[in-house]
Amino acid sequence: MRSFPAEIVMEAVANGLLTGAVYGLVALGLTLVYGVLHIINFAHGALLTLAMYAAWVCWAAFGLDPYVAILPLVPLFFVLGYAVQRLVIGPASGGNDQNILLVTLGLSIVLENAMLAIFRSDTLSVQVDYAMEVIEAGPMLLSFPRVVGFGVAFVVAAVLFVLLRMTDTGRAIRAVAKERTGAALVGIDVGHVYAVTFGIGTACLAVAACLLLPSFYVNPRVGNAFVLVAFTIVVLGGMGSVPGALLGGLVIGVVESLSGLYLGDSLGQLGIFVIFILVLLFKPTGLFGARA
Amino acid sequence: MLEVRDLVAGYGLTRVLEGVSLDVTAGEIVAVLGSNGAGKTTLNMVLSGLVKPRDGEVRFAGERITGLSPAQVMARGLIQVPEGRKIFPNLNVRENLELGSYRRAKASRAQNLEKVFETFPRLRERVAQAAGTLSGGEQQMLAIGRGMMAEPRLLILDEPSLGLSPLLVEEMFTLIRRLHGEGLAIMLVEQNVAQSLDIADRAYVLEHGVFALAGPAAEVRENPELKRAYLGL
Repeated sequence: MRSFPAEIVMEAVANGLLTGAVYGLVALGLTLVYGVLHIINFAHGALLTLAMYAAWVCWAAFGLDPYVAILPLVPLFFVLGYAVQRLVIGPASGGNDQNILLVTLGLSIVLENAMLAIFRSDTLSVQVDYAMEVIEAGPMLLSFPRVVGFGVAFVVAAVLFVLLRMTDTGRAIRAVAKERTGAALVGIDVGHVYAVTFGIGTACLAVAACLLLPSFYVNPRVGNAFVLVAFTIVVLGGMGSVPGALLGGLVIGVVESLSGLYLGDSLGQLGIFVIFILVLLFKPTGLFGARA
Repeated sequence: MLEVRDLVAGYGLTRVLEGVSLDVTAGEIVAVLGSNGAGKTTLNMVLSGLVKPRDGEVRFAGERITGLSPAQVMARGLIQVPEGRKIFPNLNVRENLELGSYRRAKASRAQNLEKVFETFPRLRERVAQAAGTLSGGEQQMLAIGRGMMAEPRLLILDEPSLGLSPLLVEEMFTLIRRLHGEGLAIMLVEQNVAQSLDIADRAYVLEHGVFALAGPAAEVRENPELKRAYLGL
């Protein structure tokens, strides 16, 4: 194994942490939906792609900076997620969990092909003047979009934490996650809570998309790459755990960055899947996972 | 207050309730007795709107509530403390109680919380503890406390003594008597025959989806049919 000067390793760790926070944001939506609806949302990747195209359209058609586009896209994607759960996934599944799996898979196929038809398979990107800017932090050079992504991801996680702990809606979401019948008996509309949860998960994707766009390209399948990583994070952090998703994101970001440094860029993701297998073997409940 | 007429309900091909009728009037304790599988819990599920009946009618405070959602039923003051407690294990005691007033009596939440803590001092000691870590008896107190948070007009208690030690069962029945003393109408669904008949005004005995016996608690207790319905003799 090659050895590198300390500054390079530190910089790789820092960049890993920065990227990892945005990974964590993608995983946050996935883990929240899993924790409450007890399903893996296979449409998560396609919805992330959709959000990235939406942010791209905001920039290309209206000249909106991707960071500014967060403001209109978050409510828009919340409503979209709410409607998808209430009008498509809920009714189509008929209350059967295996059906939900297939419905979300079908939904992702429809979305991906619709985007392929509209945007073609070319990769698109936005040109913003801060894309290549760096911030000097001591001996390290940190990419500006990644620093922004890190900060915003933590703000979103904090907002979500407060929402889930302090508000009646948040408590209702946590209540439904573990005890549906009890929740219905205190007057919680379980279908509404499912849809709100799905909406929040989708809104997280809108934020993540806007944070990714300045430094990543968009094509109809780009979301899947992130969601594969996000899935590893969800397993590492513990299925359904919000702090686990964020911490797992940071860990995975660093692992990816360091294995990229030591094994070469093309093998960067190898470390992620090694972690995935190790977690499944030795700690299947993840870092913050509840006992079964 | 509660009028149930010719209720038929079941799951898939199985018919569980084959036409039951019962009444609970204001201020009464009514016991619904029956062995395992007689249909007691299904009856409660239908009353609370969690299971749709195939036929029949439920009226509460003069209004037809058949087919309403659980949220709509509980908003009218028909509150059920379900079998197996169904508390939220991942939420702490305070959060569990506060969610009891999620849809009803939200304005008087703080005041009712104080009242529940006075009734169950043990819950006050455990206020920040996750509900899943409470003992069985404490969980049952929490479930009843959560029901009280919604200011019930009629409280349905489904097997409140299930899984409790004899001492706690005694305590539970004392509590039910006390709640009743405060003017609350209670429908007590139990397998614990003797103690339920002691505190009830009237009783119904459910057997194979129909009421085999009904009447004032004292009469039901003396009826030789009771043993037969219960033990299948």
